[in-house]
Amino acid sequence: MGKTIAEKIFDAHRVNEPFPDTHVLRLDRVFCHEITTPIAITDLMARGMDRVFDPTKIKAVIDHVTPAKDSKTAEQGKILREWARRNEIKDFFDIGRNGVCHAIFPEKGFVRPGYTVIMGDSHTCTHGAFGAFAAGVGTTDLEVGILKGVCAFHFPKTIKFELEGKLKPGVYAKDLILFIINQLTVNGATNMVIEFTGSVVDEMSMESRMTLCNMAIEAGGTSGICYPDMVTVDYLWEFIKDEFDSKEAALEEYSKWKSDDDAEYEKIYKLDISNLEPMVTFGYKPDQVKSVKEMEGTKVDQIYVGSCTNGRIEDLRIAASVLKGKRISDDVRAIVSPATPAIYSMALKEGLIEIFQDAGFCVTNPTCGACLGMSNGVLADGEVCASTTNRNFNGRMGKGGMVHLMSPATAAATAIEGKIVNSELYQG
Amino acid sequence: MKNFKGKVLFLDRSDINTDEIIPAKYLTEITKEALKPYLLEDLSLPGFDNTDDIKGKTVVITRENFGCGSSREHAPWALEVNGINVVLAENFARIFRQNMYNCGMFAIDLPKEKIDFLFDNYSGEDTTIEIDLEKDLILVSSPNKSDVIEFKVGEFDKTLVKEGGWIGYADKNY
Ligand code: SF4
Repeated sequence: MGKTIAEKIFDAHRVNEPFPDTHVLRLDRVFCHEITTPIAITDLMARGMDRVFDPTKIKAVIDHVTPAKDSKTAEQGKILREWARRNEIKDFFDIGRNGVCHAIFPEKGFVRPGYTVIMGDSHTCTHGAFGAFAAGVGTTDLEVGILKGVCAFHFPKTIKFELEGKLKPGVYAKDLILFIINQLTVNGATNMVIEFTGSVVDEMSMESRMTLCNMAIEAGGTSGICYPDMVTVDYLWEFIKDEFDSKEAALEEYSKWKSDDDAEYEKIYKLDISNLEPMVTFGYKPDQVKSVKEMEGTKVDQIYVGSCTNGRIEDLRIAASVLKGKRISDDVRAIVSPATPAIYSMALKEGLIEIFQDAGFCVTNPTCGACLGMSNGVLADGEVCASTTNRNFNGRMGKGGMVHLMSPATAAATAIEGKIVNSELYQG
Repeated sequence: MKNFKGKVLFLDRSDINTDEIIPAKYLTEITKEALKPYLLEDLSLPGFDNTDDIKGKTVVITRENFGCGSSREHAPWALEVNGINVVLAENFARIFRQNMYNCGMFAIDLPKEKIDFLFDNYSGEDTTIEIDLEKDLILVSSPNKSDVIEFKVGEFDKTLVKEGGWIGYADKNY
């Protein structure tokens, strides 16, 4: 019987199996941000365990609330900053160099095929786009990761999606993953890995693959995973070129991180997505999804383009292509947060920032910002937001607020109309 | 080991997420104790009052997919500082479940029939639950009746409960 990619990664990292179905894995990366890590640091200090297992494998960023909005968030930043200095964690991204964790860490080449990655953040599943096993964990797992470089997992079964066909113009990875979550429901992939495969994924950029994997957790999934291929190698090349003689050699090495044809799956979904329409959520659960057409005319108060789901350069390009030469409706306000400084710079050079500003968007610094309702665009009671983020929970972007998740194209079109509208109308 | 005996809070809903258990705006707190007044503040459940209904409770009984959403361990901590160390549900989100055991607390999966039985027979009553860790039994009682329900958790989970969490165990063994 063949093995899935997750099984292969488990086999290559297993330290031991202290109890039945309890696999303690060696970690290649422990990522940290200023919301869940400071409390881990203060706890480790209180236990007299203020150490790290390997400062080169730990990467940290201040991203959720930055610049600090009050004394408490300033304190969280301070604890993380001082800890990184004290423990000689060189890859620490402070204000001016910081961006949304799941955008900046891949951009720096920190994730490689076959890696094990944990972070005190549920959307760590994003990094599976590189053919890694990447899982969100709580603070205690993070503490043990920091201290010992290990984490315990039950063996995850795998669900495979074979995605064939061609996405229509105006339909993107975000629409696809919303559709998939609707099929799986919010706990349909609990304790499982979701593999995204097929010609649709083969043709996707790393950015789009990250959008797919990012929302695996919204179906309960432990990690999303895409197989590494030449797209992966191209993305990583500047970081790995000293390790390999050629891209082909890198591809050959990375190709071992792929499921065998006779691997065992919990379930295989074969979908032809050629007829997929732009999708949007309604309600407070990410599996409550309809086509944009069914939701057309829903009034919104705010538009938000950003986050670890859709704040990358590809997303900004798509939104700007819809907005070019147009103004947002007088009835709405709109915010765009490029996910990292590098994305911001690219958007500036390409003239995207100007398009956003001319259209009437507020452009913020790279941050999670409004996504989790802590700063930079919190909703008032009863307000509605058209958002490119990943979670529409009750109160997520502000108490009493409603969030409709959608693609950057749909969000941009919605900004122009002031109500939810199909971006098809705006495709060149 | 923590206390696994006490009064029950019934939450008759599925998919209660971590934002409802403890909203993101309180994630700037850096002590567990500070979370105490905010447990279940944003829970959408008609008639639920998070200031009154939680008082004196030790056990939560709920439906499916409890603790879905964010990885925040603030969710188990908010329960813990309110004296709630046990949640019984049809099933849990992975990270939440692991966080509970990592803190030495119980997140016990029970079949739908058993959860239905508990709701049908005990919700709305002054119900007490006690977990017998050695015999894998849940003892449930109200003023005029009592029942015994079997449960199953893995050896790893049990070890973490007995050791008071994952840090102590990991420090000794890795
Ligand atoms: S952008 Fe939103 S979902 Fe992503 S890491 Fe930040 S807060 Fe979490």
